[in-house]
Amino acid sequence: MRAQFVLSEIGVGLRRNLTMTFAVIVSVALSLALAGGSLLAREQVNTMKGYWYDKVQVSIYLCNKNDASSDPNCAKGAVTEPQKKKIKNELDEMNVVDKVYYESSDAAYKHYKKQFKDSPLADSLTPDQMQESYRVKLNDPTKYQVLQTAFSGREGVQEVQDQRSLLENLFNLLNGMNIAALCVMALMLVVALLLIVNTVRVSAFSRRRETGIMRLVGASSFYIQMPFILEAAIAGLIGAGLACVLLLGAKYFLIDSWLAEKIVLINFIGWDAVIKVLPFVVAVGVLMPAVAAFFTLRKYLRV
Amino acid sequence: MIRFDSVSKSYPKQNRPALREVSLEIVRGEFVFLVGSSGSGKSTFLRLILREERASQGRVHVLGKDLARLSNWKVPQMRRQLGTVFQDFRLLTNKTVGENVAFALEVIGKSRGQIRKTVPEVLDLVGLGGKGDRMPGELSGGEQQRVAIARAFANRPMLLIADEPTGNLDPQTSVGIMKLLDRINRTGTTVVMATHDQQIVDQMRKRVVELEMGRLVRDQTRGVYGYQH
Repeated sequence: MRAQFVLSEIGVGLRRNLTMTFAVIVSVALSLALAGGSLLAREQVNTMKGYWYDKVQVSIYLCNKNDASSDPNCAKGAVTEPQKKKIKNELDEMNVVDKVYYESSDAAYKHYKKQFKDSPLADSLTPDQMQESYRVKLNDPTKYQVLQTAFSGREGVQEVQDQRSLLENLFNLLNGMNIAALCVMALMLVVALLLIVNTVRVSAFSRRRETGIMRLVGASSFYIQMPFILEAAIAGLIGAGLACVLLLGAKYFLIDSWLAEKIVLINFIGWDAVIKVLPFVVAVGVLMPAVAAFFTLRKYLRV
Repeated sequence: MIRFDSVSKSYPKQNRPALREVSLEIVRGEFVFLVGSSGSGKSTFLRLILREERASQGRVHVLGKDLARLSNWKVPQMRRQLGTVFQDFRLLTNKTVGENVAFALEVIGKSRGQIRKTVPEVLDLVGLGGKGDRMPGELSGGEQQRVAIARAFANRPMLLIADEPTGNLDPQTSVGIMKLLDRINRTGTTVVMATHDQQIVDQMRKRVVELEMGRLVRDQTRGVYGYQH
């Protein structure tokens, strides 16, 4: 295979179809940016869920010695061993309860550190400031009230918290946006595919003389098809590059410079999450047009 | 070199088969004219040899290979041993004469050195020595056909297929082209040529195969275009 020959063919092809190539690049860029964005939104949800979210529904936070001064529920000081035992026994006997986990303050600190590793909040706490807690998995998630009435206000208990009510709305919103983004992405992807198919078809048609002669003199179909496939892949690669720029730009301008300034308490996805998505974006951006071109050529460039 | 064993070919949506039970053998070094009116099956015959089509029935052997059993990806390899020439020349008008010949060698992966050596050689052979830098549009029809023949012959094929190569040329130019094809034939290349040109066939006195309505109706060594009435 003569690289120079193939390269010059590609150059000619891309220039001949400049408007179509441009359309392919833009549609690939947009659909991939949306795809990457929706992956990142999912990542964002996972980041916010923390360690317990998918395992339990209710958290019973126990008082620690620091709370005694700040929180009226804990006026009597830190929770004692007998209090803890009693709570545990009662939880075990309740039939709405499926499973009970105990989280020590050390474990709580570890989970916290992990979740907020990218945030300045991570360094502001020490292990002994963390609360011990019972994390309860219910048979029926809607039965949160039962635990609320049983344990809130009890000595040693700071708060009974329905984990879900806290984040559920936000997650619903994010999921809704995610689904919308995926729908738009699917449409853009269809547009991109149709554009690629059409571009390749026009390209094959405008070069039918060359390809006809190539066939006659016995060029392999690989050799005949390669310029077309590379053409599509290069357009896809440029589109994917633009999509990457869009994603990085969104992280920098939208999240870091804007959202993170306004909302301090939410832990946003870090650069590592964004960078992890990029190879996927590039791979899809190159492979999808190449495969689409390959199948188009099977139809329009018979051996 | 070429063997047809009771080959039939029908195209979908057509009642009459394009070829019916054609059997024939062409051996190495022969020069064969393929004659018959339009629609008699000449083109189908040539397309079967080039494996642009596959036979509906019967077997086609070309260069010792059963084309029915030849897998798609081996077809290009087979075609490299054939040369093809057409009535409409099929040159690339945006490339020079030399580049047209070189293109055929490039796309089958010949090295640059080999191409640089072969192109002038083969242009000399067809009588276009020194015209390698001209554009096809600047040449006469006869010269353009010579370029096409040079391209077909550049890879030294065992077999040259010509589909009415003189169809667009005046009689005098045609004689020149026929002389060239004859010379190529003398180097040992088998030539199969479909034609309507009575004068040429009568002059050359080569083997003549006639098709009519898809049937082989005549196969004469040293024949003429039509029956003598």
